Formats: sequence, C-alpha cells, structure tokens
Amino acid sequence: MHAGATLLPLVLDGVGYAINGTPLVNELTVTLSAGSRTVILGPNGAGKSLTLRLCHGLLAPTSGTIRWAGAFAGDPMRRQAMVFQRPVMLRRSALANVAYGLKLAGMAKAERTERARAMLDRVGLLALADRPARSMSGGEQQRVALARAWALQPEVLFLDEPTASLDPAAARAVEAIIRAIHEAGTKIVMTTHNLAQARRLADEILFLDRGRLVEGSPADLFFRAPATPEAAAFLREESL
Amino acid sequence: MKFTRRSLLVAASLAVTLALSPAQAQDKFIVVSSTTSTQDSGLFGHILPIFKAKTGIDVRVVAQGTGQALDTGRRGDADVVFVHDKVAEEKFVADGFSPERREVMYNDFVLIGPKSDPAKVAGSKDIAGSLKKIAEAKAPFASRGDKSGTHAAELRLWRVAAIDLEKDKGTWYRELGQGMGPTLNTAAGMNAYVLADRATWLSFKNRADLTIVVEGDQRLFNQYGIMLVNPAKHAHVKKDLGQTFIDWITSPEGQKAIADYKIGGESLFFPNFRKAGT
Amino acid sequence: MYDLSAAFGAALRMVAGFDPALMGIVALSVKVSLAAVAIATVLGLPLGAAVALGRFPGRRGMIVVLNALMGLPPVVVGLLVYLLLSRSGPLGPLGLLFTPPAMIIAQAILITPIVAALARQVVEDAWTEYQEQLRSLGAPPRRAVWTLLWDTRFSLVTVVLAGFGRAAAEVGAVIMVGGNIDGVTRVMTTAIALETSKGDLPLALGLGLILITLVLAANAAAYTIKEVAQRRLG
Repeated sequence: MHAGATLLPLVLDGVGYAINGTPLVNELTVTLSAGSRTVILGPNGAGKSLTLRLCHGLLAPTSGTIRWAGAFAGDPMRRQAMVFQRPVMLRRSALANVAYGLKLAGMAKAERTERARAMLDRVGLLALADRPARSMSGGEQQRVALARAWALQPEVLFLDEPTASLDPAAARAVEAIIRAIHEAGTKIVMTTHNLAQARRLADEILFLDRGRLVEGSPADLFFRAPATPEAAAFLREESL
Repeated sequence: MKFTRRSLLVAASLAVTLALSPAQAQDKFIVVSSTTSTQDSGLFGHILPIFKAKTGIDVRVVAQGTGQALDTGRRGDADVVFVHDKVAEEKFVADGFSPERREVMYNDFVLIGPKSDPAKVAGSKDIAGSLKKIAEAKAPFASRGDKSGTHAAELRLWRVAAIDLEKDKGTWYRELGQGMGPTLNTAAGMNAYVLADRATWLSFKNRADLTIVVEGDQRLFNQYGIMLVNPAKHAHVKKDLGQTFIDWITSPEGQKAIADYKIGGESLFFPNFRKAGT
Repeated sequence: MYDLSAAFGAALRMVAGFDPALMGIVALSVKVSLAAVAIATVLGLPLGAAVALGRFPGRRGMIVVLNALMGLPPVVVGLLVYLLLSRSGPLGPLGLLFTPPAMIIAQAILITPIVAALARQVVEDAWTEYQEQLRSLGAPPRRAVWTLLWDTRFSLVTVVLAGFGRAAAEVGAVIMVGGNIDGVTRVMTTAIALETSKGDLPLALGLGLILITLVLAANAAAYTIKEVAQRRLG
C-alpha cells in the first residue's frame, strides 16, 4: 500500500508515563513492525489505552523514547490513524465526517468526496452517506469512524477497544472491517479486554498488567502456553 | 441547514453595512446641544420641521442639562448650543468657545408642590418668601442637582431667599442629579416641592398630586440663549449651517414659530430676540 | 393597574397603527443591535474559542477577565466611547459621536465579552469531547477552532442571541454616545427613557412591551431553529 519510505517499525525504549508522580506505564520496551496485527491485552487499568495513546503521539512519555524507525521523513501523524472506543462524530453527515480527515490532509473537494463515498461503501454505509452522523446507531458511528480512518490510507491504525460499547452483531461488523483494513496493507494495533476478540484478530499479543509489559509473543503461542503466571491467570479468569 | 461559514460572514458584513448606510444618507445637518426643557416640551418638534422645509437643513438635537450641553459644545461635539443659564453662557462666550450669544426666548420657572401644601405657600407671588417657608417647615424639596440651567436658577433663588443650603439643608432637601422629567417623576412620587420650567411642566403627564403653587414672580424669569460653537476653536464646526439656524430662529419667522407653539392654548415660550444684543 | 392597562393599550395602538416614527425607532434598534452582534460574533467567537483551546500564560487570568467583563457597566463603556469619539478625543476627527456607528461601537464593546465568555464555555466543553479525535486526524489548532465553532453552532446561536438581547435592551451607553437624536439615533430604549422623563409612563411602558416582544420573538425563533436542527443533526 505504501511504496517507498515507511514509518514503521515503531520503537519504544524504556517508555514510562506518570501523572503527578504516579507511574501508570513503566519501562515499556517493544518494537512494533509492519504487517502483523498486534493486540494489546490486559485487565482493566493495565495501561492499554495509555500505551496506545503514547504510540499514536496523543500523549508524550514522561520517560524513555518513542520513535518511528522507518525512513519516512514527513509528519508521522499523516501516516497513522486512530479509532476510539466512543467514536467522535462531527455534527455533519456521515459522508462529511469521512471527508473531513481527507480535507485536513489537503485533498481537493471532488476527489475527497469520491474517496469518502468509496470508503462508506466499503464499510457498508453508502446508503446512509447523507444521514447526520450523530443520528446513527453506535455501531454505524463506529463504522463511519473506521471509514474516516481508513480513508487516510494509514500505514498504522490504532484502535482503542473499538467494540467495547457495541452489541455482538455490531462488534462482528467492526471486526470484519478491521480484517479488511489489515488485508489492504495496514498495520493494526488495537487494545481489547475481550479474550475471544483477541483470539479472533491477533497475530501477536502484548500482555500488559499494572502498567508493565508482562509478556509479548505470537498469538498462538500466547494462548497455548503463556510464559508468565500473570498471563496464565488472566487467561484462566477470562475464559470462565 | 445548508448555511456555510462564508454565508455567515456575508450576512454579518451585510448587517454592518446596512446599519451604517442610513447615517450617511443626509449630510446637510447640524448638531445642536440643548436642554431637556426645549426637547421634552415639544418645542423642537414644532419648529424644526418649519426650518427644515425652508432650508433643507436637518437639526439633530442632543438634549442634556445646560451644564452638560455647554460642555458638549466646549468639546466641539455640537455646532450650536441652545440653553438657559445666562451666567454660564456669558462665561462660555468670554472663554472664547463662542463668538456671540443671542437671546432667543424666555419662559418662566414655576414652583410645583403637592396639593396638600405642607409649607402653606400656595397662591403666593413671592418665590423667596415661599422657599424660606419650605425650609422652615422642612417640607420635602426635590432639586435637580445636575448643574442644569434650572438647577442654577434654583440655587440662585435660595440665595435670594437668604437660605444657606450648605448649613440648612437636611433630609428634606433631596438632590437627585436628574433631568427635569425624572425629577418631576420623583417629586410626584414623594410629594415634594420642585422648581420646574413652565414648558416642561405643561407637557409633563405624570403629575399625580402635584400642582403649581407659586408663579408670576419677576425672579422666576427664564431666559434662553443660542450660540455658535467657535469655529476658531473647533475647525470642523459647520459654521454656515449653524449660523443659518441661529439667524433663522432669531428672525421674525423663527420668533413667530416659537410664539405659535402652544399646549392647551397656552404659549410655552415667548420670543424676545432684540437686535441690539443682550 | 390603570397604568399597566393603559400601557398595553398604547402598545397595541402603536403597533396596529404602524406609526412610522415607531417603525423607524424599531428598525434602528434592530439594525444597530444586529450590527453590534455581528461585530461581537466575528470577534468574540474566535476569541472565546482561542481561550478555550489555547495553552498560553495568563490564560486563567484572561478567563476571569472575560467573565468579569460580561458585567461591564454600560455607562462606563458609554463614557469611554464618548471620550474616544468626542471631537476633543483621539478619534474625534472621524466625527462619529452622536451617530449610529458610535452606538454600534459601544454596544459591540459591551457584548463582545459576553459572546466570547459564553462561547469559551461552549467550545471548551466540545473540546473535551473532540480533542483526541481532532489531534489524531492531524487538525492544526486554527482548523480545530473552526471545526469546534462549526460543530457547536446551535449552542452558539443561543450565545449570540444573549448578546443581541443585551444590546437591544441596553440604554446607558447608547444614550450617551448616540445622544437620543430624534430620527437619527433614537432607539427603543432611549425612546423609553425619554417618554419616562416626559412623564408619559403608559407610552414608555408600551414601547417597553414592544421591545420585550421583539427580544422574545428573536429568542423563540432561535430556540426553534436550534431544536429542529439538533433533532436532525444530533
């Protein structure tokens, strides 16, 4: 999808994040490479969302460094996108919501309208293109948010618990779109506390507990034979 | 809801232009700073249309107390000053703010009071004696207290009555710092005596229990004068248009227009311009 | 009681008769207030949004000042503008004193802080919701300000109307800088003040009723627009 210089890999080196001296993320050292779907897994309060925001650049680490190690020299923000747990819909049509990101990227009006329509089509919402986004259901809004992110053709897409507020049917639709985005060549980094979802989507697992990276391994290995007692306990509890 | 940001801006600028445009429509106008009595009595409403029909000049009247009206002229914010405080006006000319003062008309002050007349002054023709009685009875008295022509006249009359306000004034003497109308409203509300110009009184509607108690004393004479603001001090003053107005209001035609203004058959102002000057 | 019924009678007669002098006064009131509101909107909304989003030294102080300026005493503003525009003042050569533009300036000064302070609150609340998404999409601050203003437009209509109501109902400043000149700078409030000073209380009250109706109608219209639009756009 991206010819030439890439942003990835993303290298986190001893990253920490503290608020008022209370550490919430500690000594995080990990490299995220192109291609795979990375799922950040862990119980509530493990620091999953914070980690995602640190990676995306919405937060600055209070210690350690985060850098894009690829050869791409431009603004990294232009090559990545993020979808939040609760989609933030602008007060305008679904189409305009998708086109908004493209407008910020400097795309001409005719082109961005065309692209936005194509993206809505891919998430199955073309028929609702002119509906005010805020009047749509939660699942539809999340799909608009995915289309908005996808339209930017990001090299990396971060997703923060993208199905946590959705019913099972809507969640499945969202998962299908995430797969499609990945198949189209985008690196996926997402958080979830939903074990079943992690099993369905993950190529590799980063298991976080209380702000620390406890275990990072290929998904099948992680689920088959967790290397740490914390991960094993988490898998046991969550499968009950 | 297909309005865009641009259309909002367009609407905004349109509103501004629209609001500004009519002001520039007629440029043949002068600003006259005058007193509330001439405006509130309706005199201007009567004479200005006549003047406009003859000359095409629009007279914009800013009605203030005499002190403030003179100050407006002094700052150069009016072309002509038309007020009623001879002493202050002569000082205005002496200070060089106007080349000439002309006397235009007069009316008189009247002492207004409640029908119950607690100071027993009704029917008297002696203003000084009446004020003395009011002070002695400590009957409520409402004073303009705003450095207007009427206020200046009132203070002069207290001196004539040999009342030292600084010493004798108590809670009965109430300085309001208001125009003639609001002062009458307040006096009506607290049944106080009050000195008013006859014109404002005649056109005043909210009289409640008030009535004229003293009138006809020579010392209640109220002279109005008109002055062009000195173009030598303020170059932007519309000297020709202003002079045209002054010449007209002191002409037989203007003087007749003043005399013709009546309420209930009663003249409010009496023209008394004499060519020789004061 | 007598005065009140007389006032309603006077108001009805004036409106029903389409008294041209009255219509002129109402039209000027509306024009002056609209122009002031337009200026206050163009200045106040971006200012409020900038304070809402900005992270600059003295920001807290600025919020306090803005909130305090909402209660700016009209007479003080009137006096200030009077001294500025007077022929003896720094802007005297413009010859604006005792003209509608002077009234517009005074009103704009009065209501810009109102619009800015209320807009700041509205935009700041929206910013809490939008911040991460807009930053993620790579919106530069200037663009974020516009997006927030646009997305809160229905709430901002109410903000602007609050400004309009204050402008239309204000008397202290406009009487000072406008001079209440018949047919030139006489607006509803100064006409009310004049009729009151002439002791014609029913007429004054009648004018007051028309003014209240006007402000009420404007607010009702805006409320309806807001409701309908919000139902459609969410």
